Amino acid sequence: MAEETYAARHGSVQVNSDGGDGPPLLQLDNVSMIFGGLRAVDRLTLEVCTGKIHALIGPNGAGKTTVLNIISGFYKPTEGLVRFNGQTIQGFDSAKIAGMGMARTFQNVRLFKELTALENVQIGMHRIIKEGLAETVFRTPAFRRAELRSAEKAKELLAEIGLQDKATVKARNLSYGQQKLIEIARALAQDPKQILLDEPAAGLNETETTDLVHLVRIVRDRGITILLIEHNMNFVMSLADRITVLNFGRKIADGAPGEIVSNEEVIQAYLGRRPSLRST
Amino acid sequence: MKNRLLQKLAWALLLGVLLVLPHLLPNNYYRGVVNLSLIYAIVAMGLNFIYGYTGYISFAQAGFFGVGAYTSALLVVDAHWGFWSALPIAGLAAAACGVAIGIPALKLSSHYLAMATIGFGIIIQMVMQNWERLTHGASGVHDIPSITIGTYNVDSAVGQYYFLLGFLALAMFVTWAIDNSKLGRSFKAVREDEIAASSAGIDLTFTKVFSFALSAFFGGVGGSLYAHTSSYISPDTFSFDQSIVLFTMVLVGGAGTVCGPVIGAIGLTLAPELLRFLKEYYMALVGVGIVLIMIYMPQGVVHLFSQDGRVGRWLQSVKQRSTR
Repeated sequence: MAEETYAARHGSVQVNSDGGDGPPLLQLDNVSMIFGGLRAVDRLTLEVCTGKIHALIGPNGAGKTTVLNIISGFYKPTEGLVRFNGQTIQGFDSAKIAGMGMARTFQNVRLFKELTALENVQIGMHRIIKEGLAETVFRTPAFRRAELRSAEKAKELLAEIGLQDKATVKARNLSYGQQKLIEIARALAQDPKQILLDEPAAGLNETETTDLVHLVRIVRDRGITILLIEHNMNFVMSLADRITVLNFGRKIADGAPGEIVSNEEVIQAYLGRRPSLRST
Repeated sequence: MKNRLLQKLAWALLLGVLLVLPHLLPNNYYRGVVNLSLIYAIVAMGLNFIYGYTGYISFAQAGFFGVGAYTSALLVVDAHWGFWSALPIAGLAAAACGVAIGIPALKLSSHYLAMATIGFGIIIQMVMQNWERLTHGASGVHDIPSITIGTYNVDSAVGQYYFLLGFLALAMFVTWAIDNSKLGRSFKAVREDEIAASSAGIDLTFTKVFSFALSAFFGGVGGSLYAHTSSYISPDTFSFDQSIVLFTMVLVGGAGTVCGPVIGAIGLTLAPELLRFLKEYYMALVGVGIVLIMIYMPQGVVHLFSQDGRVGRWLQSVKQRSTR
């Protein structure tokens, strides 16, 4: 049912099914994050290939969000290198990394509560739209054009997630599911090369989750590389081209979904003794 | 139909009152109070950028006000500049101070930043009092010439009223322009969620320091206007107390809005005068008033008139009833 309404809104979705791996867009090389005595991330080596959907899974506390925070620039790793699009970025400020083409969402949705849905998405275009102080104060034609363009593009993105009617609603008045979608729209507004999604399906009902699967595929089909953290295994299995499993900060498995499902160590550490994944 | 007409009449009435106000007042003393409220409105609008829009508490605004006043007064009195050249320099001097303390202070989180700004404000006042060779010390700067536009001297209370009203209108326009722009959105994003703002590409340090410099610039311009309409300035005016009053004006009027600081400044400057009949109890009433406003209208007086405020909603229901 949900699939029909989504397809009716967006047209049918072509799934990219070529088997070859693109070159790695993002590389973590022996990255460690040590807080006091705690090794939150332990010598992690990870490659995310261009144009693929890569999932990062593992029990709570395994270090997944810490990895995302290192990639996006909130933490400088204690050891190791992070390479994005050929450049070494560990230690860079997060705004600078965003400018290089990295966008992200947050586990606990971080929207600008007093701003409208439209304005939230417009913020994503901060580095793209140029408006200097003089143009702003004198309301030059260049300023007006820039504002019009950013509003139009934001409206288009809102329409893609089905929230064009909520454009003038303040973010704090939107439902949780709607807020999660707006966060993704804001990330898309950055015109990124890569998007980091931190538990995008958390707290969503079945319909919303199915819609989200389609949205993530559309994003990938636009050529945007995706690295996502999720606990919802159905969601992961329907999307991921590759899965990396973390436990206690260390990588315990890395490969195609089929391999991960049957990996003994993964099953023991993450899923318990019974191979419940096979019932998908 | 009838409603639109009534609305236009209401605005026309307000405009009319604004235009003839100085002639409605009995003497120059009251005109002087009104003029002072216009100046404070401009200075408060400055504070509104760093506090209202960007979300950082600053108690340095009176200091920037003072830097502007002294820069302008000294350039004209001691260096024989003209007002129109001194005015922008006053704003820029204050902005430079804003950048100087902004860069280290804005790395601090809110409470510590507030403390740092208190310190800065006090330092500025001490410099005014003690660097006597430059600032004339505690005796202040006397005989500051009034503003001239061509051959016209803006030295009467009435003339100054219209001049200051024009500057206030300009300040309000600039605030509105920034509010509805990418720059304004970036200020608000920093206020709402710094981490999300940074990951969306907003340079936090630049945005915060720029907002602070903008606040200081408005303060400095207000200071210059103050110096050349009061003809005398001294360090006492630019104290930490004054920064608290300015902060209260923004908070009570409505932080983060275009009209809020103006309403707050005019209200808090006129209140002592309007309540003079209460003699020594007027301060108590002002204090109680502020507390009540903070409890019942925490977003400020101006919020009452916005779409979800009490007056705003009442106006909307009146509109709906009359169009049925």
